[in-house]
Amino acid sequence: MTSFQSTGEYIATENLRMAVNAAIVLEKPLLIKGEPGTGKTLLAEQIAKSLGAPLVQWHIKSTTKAHQGLYEYDAVSRLRDSQLGDDKVADVRNYINKGKLWEAFDSEQRAVLLIDEIDKADIEFPNDLLQELDRMEFFVYETGETVKAVNRPIIVITSNNEKELPDAFLRRCFFHFISFPSVDTMKEIVEVHYPNISAKLSAEALEVFFELRDVPGLKKRPSTSELIDWLKLLMSDDIPDTILSNRDQSKAIPPLHGALVKNEQDVQLLERLAFMHRRETAR
Amino acid sequence: MLIYFFDCLKKHQVPVSLTELLDLINGLDKQLVFADQDDFYHFSRCCLVKDEKHFDKFDRAFKAFFDGLQSVEGMLEALIPDDWLRSEITKQLTDEQKDKVKSIGDLNKLIEEFKKRLEEQKERHEGGNKWIGTGGTSPFGHSGYHPNGMRVGGAGGNRQAAKIWERRDFKNLDNDAQISARNIQIALRRLRKFARTGAEDQLDINDTISSTAKNAGMLDIKMVPERHNAVKVLVFFDVGGSMDYHVKAVQELFNAVRTEFKHLEFYYFHNFIYESVWKDNLRRHEERIPIGEILNKYSRDYKVIFVGDAAMSPYEVMQPGGSIEHWNEEAGSVWMKRLLSSYDKAAWINPEAEDGWKYTQSTQLIRDLLEDRMYPLTVNGLEKSMANLTK
Repeated sequence: MTSFQSTGEYIATENLRMAVNAAIVLEKPLLIKGEPGTGKTLLAEQIAKSLGAPLVQWHIKSTTKAHQGLYEYDAVSRLRDSQLGDDKVADVRNYINKGKLWEAFDSEQRAVLLIDEIDKADIEFPNDLLQELDRMEFFVYETGETVKAVNRPIIVITSNNEKELPDAFLRRCFFHFISFPSVDTMKEIVEVHYPNISAKLSAEALEVFFELRDVPGLKKRPSTSELIDWLKLLMSDDIPDTILSNRDQSKAIPPLHGALVKNEQDVQLLERLAFMHRRETAR
Repeated sequence: MLIYFFDCLKKHQVPVSLTELLDLINGLDKQLVFADQDDFYHFSRCCLVKDEKHFDKFDRAFKAFFDGLQSVEGMLEALIPDDWLRSEITKQLTDEQKDKVKSIGDLNKLIEEFKKRLEEQKERHEGGNKWIGTGGTSPFGHSGYHPNGMRVGGAGGNRQAAKIWERRDFKNLDNDAQISARNIQIALRRLRKFARTGAEDQLDINDTISSTAKNAGMLDIKMVPERHNAVKVLVFFDVGGSMDYHVKAVQELFNAVRTEFKHLEFYYFHNFIYESVWKDNLRRHEERIPIGEILNKYSRDYKVIFVGDAAMSPYEVMQPGGSIEHWNEEAGSVWMKRLLSSYDKAAWINPEAEDGWKYTQSTQLIRDLLEDRMYPLTVNGLEKSMANLTK
């Protein structure tokens, strides 16, 4: 049995691996929650990669309907074709567009299906998918056929917690909460992304980063993806290492903070803190 | 063994279902985990718990189970002796006050003492420090300063009486007073908006007609999201007692809510929720509605809003018999927990300024009961509470 492991690009903690493997073996959808930027979406890509499986991505918007994931019947082009006298028109199958779920069900090889940000959709959306996810089959009314999964896909669902999901849906899933990485895990993650980074820069950047996360009252605390972006900037700009280590006068505002702090209130907060700090040290 | 584990989780109020237990058994059967407690912990959590807010309960249940302690009640009793609870309650008193109360002891004793003195004393009494009357430092009577005192008739001088043995009939909250707080209405509208967040894909005939008419006959088509407004709200208002100070602020909120929802029910309570509430303030003593009836009548999808200042004696929350109006068999906190376990969506809106909350012990207690869902009566606080209610 192939199981999911940390890859060269993705550090999975022990319990995340456990959750993913449980979901694979027991053929249950895996629901992933966690702070934004902790790699929820990336996880599905990495599962696909480490298992060598095709990845089908279904990104959910507020207007997405459950049946769009199954199929859509394109009545308008059929109407148009019928006026043009196209032969295609006789077969309704020509006008059925497969959705992502169908695509995943049809896959020769066991696919990984990512249902991204399910909480963005209407509150009934998860309920409308219960049967399909449970039995891995659905009925096409126009043609009267039942589509059944050739290989039950591995389903990864992410949620940002904007809405609560219905109990009936939750009961059918496994659940994993990606907690914010510890300093050590973060170090590994940084190394995976930037193998050439100097140890000094990485250590100092991490220190600044975790300090910044501890600042009380931040509206949006920077997360892993922001750290990665910031490090990229730091490295490409060839910022001298001293800027980070020489943090006395610029303690609260790290260089290139735009990559870390995305909210003007937060920037103001940091500036105020820096100002207060300067005033204190000036005394 | 897993059945006991399941049972233990249930006892700790982790929402688990049979399907999930079967999943767990199935997983163990397939040897996903084997003889490793850490692995079992991760796997069972991933199977059984579907929301990070229940992680803590799960952790406690897990620990309790593996420590061989299978009963929460037993554990709680073992950990928190009665005396400790009592001393927690008295912590809110200043040293000076404590000295004063020392001679009396706990609430039960206070009540007994009261009955005794009530028998001893037959005449009106004023001043002094023993007899029931007005002023003075006796624990019984009104307008006095005994911090644990019982209020017997008359208006409260300070806001800490543990018992008011008087029947106050509060005027119905008036909903004709014109709203000055337009912004509050806007915040509450968030609740209504919630159900209509889908795509704009249904023709709104009424709106189309009226806006076409306004448009001097030029067709102006209006669409609405296809789902109907399904927001159902139960509001409990605190009337009287310490709330007299806040009636005006609450009235504004009241006015704002009334026009916003179709399914909207109001109930009143005094200081804290006990076994019954009432709908009509003028006949509150005749027509009380048991909480049990409310739990049966309104389905889980109702959202519950409490409006009150949460400032009271901690006894009123934690102790049976703590109510200031009547003898309550079960503590207010028990009733509150019942309501909260029936309605997932709840918020307490507190008209007191937020900075002051930490100085009132009962406010903290109630805030803990509501798992931090207490919000100030400001536009910001309302926004937050509505966002949470509609999540």
